[in-house]
Amino acid sequence: MRKKIIYEIKGMYRDDFRITGYEFGQGEKSVCIIGNSRGNEVQQTYCCAQLVKKMKQLEEEGRIKDGHKVLIIPSINPYSMNIQKRFWPTDNTDINRMFPGYDLGETTQRIADGVFREIKDYEFGIQFTSFYMPGDFVPHVRYMKEGFTTVEDAKKFGMKYIVERAVRPYDTATLNYNWQVWDTKAFSLYTNTTTRISKTGAGQAVMAIMNFMACNDIIKYSAISEKKSRMFNDTELISVRTAKSGFYEPLVKAGDKVEAGTPLADIVNPYDGSVLETLYAPVPGVIFFIHNEPLTYANTAVIKILADDMD
Amino acid sequence: MVEIVTMVGLPIDEKLMIKKNRIAPAGADPKGLKRISVVTGIHGDELEGQYVCYELQRRISLEKDKLTGIVDIYPAMNPLGIDSITRGIPAFDLDMNRIFPGNKDGNMTEYLAAGIIDDVRGSDCVVDIHASNIYLTEIPQIRINELHAERLVPLAKAANVDFIWVHGASTVLESTFAHSLNSIGTPVLVVEMGVGMRLTKEYGNQMVDGIFRLMQELGIWGGETIPVRKPMISQNPYDVSYLNASASGLFVPSVKHGARLAEGELIGLIVDPLEGRVLDEVRAPQAGLLFTIRDYPIVDEGSLMGRILKEEVCRYA
Repeated sequence: MRKKIIYEIKGMYRDDFRITGYEFGQGEKSVCIIGNSRGNEVQQTYCCAQLVKKMKQLEEEGRIKDGHKVLIIPSINPYSMNIQKRFWPTDNTDINRMFPGYDLGETTQRIADGVFREIKDYEFGIQFTSFYMPGDFVPHVRYMKEGFTTVEDAKKFGMKYIVERAVRPYDTATLNYNWQVWDTKAFSLYTNTTTRISKTGAGQAVMAIMNFMACNDIIKYSAISEKKSRMFNDTELISVRTAKSGFYEPLVKAGDKVEAGTPLADIVNPYDGSVLETLYAPVPGVIFFIHNEPLTYANTAVIKILADDMD
Repeated sequence: MVEIVTMVGLPIDEKLMIKKNRIAPAGADPKGLKRISVVTGIHGDELEGQYVCYELQRRISLEKDKLTGIVDIYPAMNPLGIDSITRGIPAFDLDMNRIFPGNKDGNMTEYLAAGIIDDVRGSDCVVDIHASNIYLTEIPQIRINELHAERLVPLAKAANVDFIWVHGASTVLESTFAHSLNSIGTPVLVVEMGVGMRLTKEYGNQMVDGIFRLMQELGIWGGETIPVRKPMISQNPYDVSYLNASASGLFVPSVKHGARLAEGELIGLIVDPLEGRVLDEVRAPQAGLLFTIRDYPIVDEGSLMGRILKEEVCRYA
């Protein structure tokens, strides 16, 4: 294991801003794994820390195959994590909207550029990322439809669900999109949580990446025989929206199987406790995403259901 | 007449309302009248447009009989942001100018955005007033996406700004208020002037003069207007040079905003207050007009400290 500084900016009163990477193996740039880019993505960094630990063990046991280099960067934004702020401390910009970056540009453009120079030549890129809304997910791997990453590549994670999504205008400045522009096969890995640590979720993430690397002949690891993954487009998820604002009381959790008509959540009057509305499952399926904050606004898709596959 | 453009209920005993004030000639049928919409407050920390909304109405009220069309004033697109000194939409940590055209069936912010677009669309001209951000001060200018330059530059010339900046298209900007409306044929002029969290009365008055001139050209105002400035116009990305900080520290300017600079002239210093050292001298990479200057003195490496419009472009004005 080699620890290296990927990018550094001198701080004025804070300690210097440092992005630290952990390299394993020698040879071709095979896999690069990125943890948090926002300050609240705690689980994403935790997953990387568990991966660093596992890769260190594999390296000591000689189980990284010759000719492969793996780079893990647990955090590309430690400054925001340390002050518990989602975006960049001074100007609130999002590093994951600055790729491929610009070395003469503004601070977060420079950070994106500094990181991207180090990671753009890898064959595979995996980013632990989070949804823009607070909530819990069923773990899954995502890739962009218009890139050259394929569902066959995604199946190698051995995860139960694979989500394909269309490129949207803002995607053009994300890491995942730009990796693909530079010929890296890129994936976004969603674990179950973001702001809280889930050891089980992190364990599943480590296993998924071990599977992926074993299937690509990068490490010696007895990967589980490939599970039957279900691939779907993110637009197929069925949103269950609130009509009212108020207290939000979920009655189910991510991963639960529900029948059509299952009560999913109550929206409660914040002053008198009366139930303003009950949300019901419109179709049978799996709770794929669920909002996890105590308040909700009206018109909010607090639950997304993956309908049962009728095939 | 004050109207609610769109509204949603918040969780605890409060409604989020986006309001406008419609001023129209007394007794006239609004059908067939030309309409200008003045919009501001998409970013909650940009307040220069607040004064424009007030002053425009004050001056119209002095000669109400000269009004021959409709003036719609939307002073607070992001009321929660303005009230909480927050640039984006509070609770969502979301830039409101990245959610347009919105979606009636989308989440709360998308729903509001769709309601705003529905209300503003069809205006003969929209003036969307921004105030840079809390870091940078700007001279009064209109920024135009090159995709819409042909239609907007002639309108912008009437708006009494000092500078018209035609910039390249970017997919990221497709979700702005202006792009969304320009794409469906409602012309929007994006004004940037002054600085966040402050008022610059002189710029506000200049803008109000420009809006009256626009109203006159559109057939909305029958009264007198003052001659407008001839703006500098840049259509080439190489016309503008950017001054990014080479080090983190305290930026101490040595020239005023709007200064005409010679190549190599000192613009300011980046200093280290802890050890009393100069970290860098910031000098003009080319001769020209310092049309943007940093107002917020702390800089990170890379922070923008200013922009210079090259001398040749300034001379055309």
